[in-house]
Amino acid sequence: MRILVVEDDKDVAGFVVRGLREAGHVVEHADNGRDGLFMAASESFDAVILDRMLPGGIDGLKILETLRGQKNTVPVLILSALAEVDDRVKGLKAGSDDYLTKPFAFAELLARVEALNRRGKGEGPVTKLVVEDLELDLLSRQVKRAGQKIDLQPREFRLLEYLMRHAGQVVTRTMLLEGVWDYHFDPQTNVIDVHVSRLRQKVDKPFASSLIHTVRNAGYMLRAEHA
Amino acid sequence: MLVRRLFRSAGFRFGAVYALLLTASAIALASFLWWATAGLLDRQTEAAISADAQSLAERWSEGGLPALIVTIDDRLAQNVDDDAIYLLVDPRMNRLAGNLAGWPASISVPGVSYELPISRAGTRTLATVQRYDLPRGFHLLIGRDVQVRSQLRRLLTDALLWAVGVVLLMATIGALLVRSLFRRTLANISATASAIAGGDFAQRVRLSGRGDEFDQVAEVINDMLDRIARLMDGVRQVSNAIAHDLRTPITRARTRLEDAALHAQSADDLRAAIERATQDLDGIVGVFQALLRIAEIEAGSRRSSFARVDIAPLLAEVADLYGAVAEDQDINLVVAAPAVLPAYGDRAMIQQAIANLVDNALKFSPADGVVTIDASVDGMITIAVGDQGPGIPDSERTRATDRFYRGETARNTPGSGLGLSLVLAVAHLHGGDLRLEDNHPGLRAVLTLPLLEEAEARRTPQAQPEVAQPVAVP
Repeated sequence: MRILVVEDDKDVAGFVVRGLREAGHVVEHADNGRDGLFMAASESFDAVILDRMLPGGIDGLKILETLRGQKNTVPVLILSALAEVDDRVKGLKAGSDDYLTKPFAFAELLARVEALNRRGKGEGPVTKLVVEDLELDLLSRQVKRAGQKIDLQPREFRLLEYLMRHAGQVVTRTMLLEGVWDYHFDPQTNVIDVHVSRLRQKVDKPFASSLIHTVRNAGYMLRAEHA
Repeated sequence: MLVRRLFRSAGFRFGAVYALLLTASAIALASFLWWATAGLLDRQTEAAISADAQSLAERWSEGGLPALIVTIDDRLAQNVDDDAIYLLVDPRMNRLAGNLAGWPASISVPGVSYELPISRAGTRTLATVQRYDLPRGFHLLIGRDVQVRSQLRRLLTDALLWAVGVVLLMATIGALLVRSLFRRTLANISATASAIAGGDFAQRVRLSGRGDEFDQVAEVINDMLDRIARLMDGVRQVSNAIAHDLRTPITRARTRLEDAALHAQSADDLRAAIERATQDLDGIVGVFQALLRIAEIEAGSRRSSFARVDIAPLLAEVADLYGAVAEDQDINLVVAAPAVLPAYGDRAMIQQAIANLVDNALKFSPADGVVTIDASVDGMITIAVGDQGPGIPDSERTRATDRFYRGETARNTPGSGLGLSLVLAVAHLHGGDLRLEDNHPGLRAVLTLPLLEEAEARRTPQAQPEVAQPVAVP
């Protein structure tokens, strides 16, 4: 992915840029609002990571609004220390695709940015998701693995659907809470782990290979064993 | 300069308006009195003259000059009040009949009322007269002696002028009184305000006890001050709590890092220590986020995102989310709720409050225990979450919702001690409450929220908040 990072804090920016490059992405960096807006508007990126409070007279929201005003649909993730619900709502209303508050874990940022990329490409209605020998039919709401029907509860179905839509990507617990349960806070108990382990019982346990993998310090990933 | 300063004083303006109103109404009353008395007398005189003129003109047309002379003499003879004035003259202005010696020179236009001094039977007096021209050059003067009436009128004028003077005086005094009353009431409020600005937050506006509008304003101000005091108290408590309770995890993280820096034998050791310290920091961030969220809720700013929300599906979702956890721990999670629970509020917040209660219950419930979620409607929406854990002793229940409170029995369970504080804040924001009861055994946390109709009835007197749908985060 080609990613633009607009962030004025040197340490945070350096950390993010290095991390993204290590994950195999091409990264550009702007340390003020004006350069950020210029680069975002004139070049083509797969995703933009945007700090909200920036020097240079143009803050993150302004950049976002300007881009959206120009019909630029590049996926944008806002990275901000403004953590109040209203700030988040404001960011999403301005047209951001995701909102992550500081301080953040890099794994969370990486997972969310990579999820943005998939979202941009997955256009048109998909009726069937397939990973290896696992098939999920969105119309008949049936799940099969190796031709064998698997019975899932509605919520388990949605959890699997989310994982399959992001197949090959890391999906964090927060992303699952938001995407599958529409919960925007962190329940202290490890509820997600329990749900994923139940899903594994049905989708992985009876079969020779595992598709749902735990990614240490990050979350989960659904992918073919050999990939 | 002085005038401008005076007009800038609201007290002066109130006084001036009072004086102006009083004066204006006094003038209106005097004018009416004048019109009803002096004016009436004038109109009566004119009516009498014109009636006289009409009947004398008839006499002239019936019997000619002689009949008119006789009539005039008759009338003068029969005039009991001795106020009638007639004068008939021939074309050469010689007197033919009447009680005036000669034609007054000033009377030249017919049909107009003249008021002039005349001398009659040796006395000078005041008369209203009109001239009528008769055919063949004869002229007739008809009038009334108005000496007495004009005296009455002068008396009336004097009385009214005096009255206006008295009214002006009273208006001024009244205005000063109104102004000082105004000032005194405001001085009370402003003294309190400046005392508070000076740091004495215990001050409140004194009530007169009359329950009037000023008392109502004072009460509103006092309520506001109470709320501010409570908020400030909360802030103070929180900063104290932060100072005490965050010190522990920060110390832990710091110790780990320093220990690793000094004693780590290998890169792996170092990495492990850093990882654990990062986890500690994440925990601290979590506590901060919870604190900020509670503060945000308590500040009441989230009311702008209130909308109609059905709590029943929220309960089902929470049960769904935690059901798996309960099953894992062999806890029986039982939900009993009506099909619809209409409320008015912030969906995400109510969701989090319920989740916190269930989270708590599961954390403290023993294996094989039962955790119940009972929702019912009885004037309010009641959501009771019960567990069979150790519960909270009576003596500590009121403190249980304080920030960072950890029960004795909770020392060894994970958690920040902020869960119930958040639930309470959410309840208060929505106009509800949180009660903690004994579940025999265990704890029963009862969250009450107003029903939709009640919440809507309550908010109508205030400005209608903009109803925004909570935005789902993708």
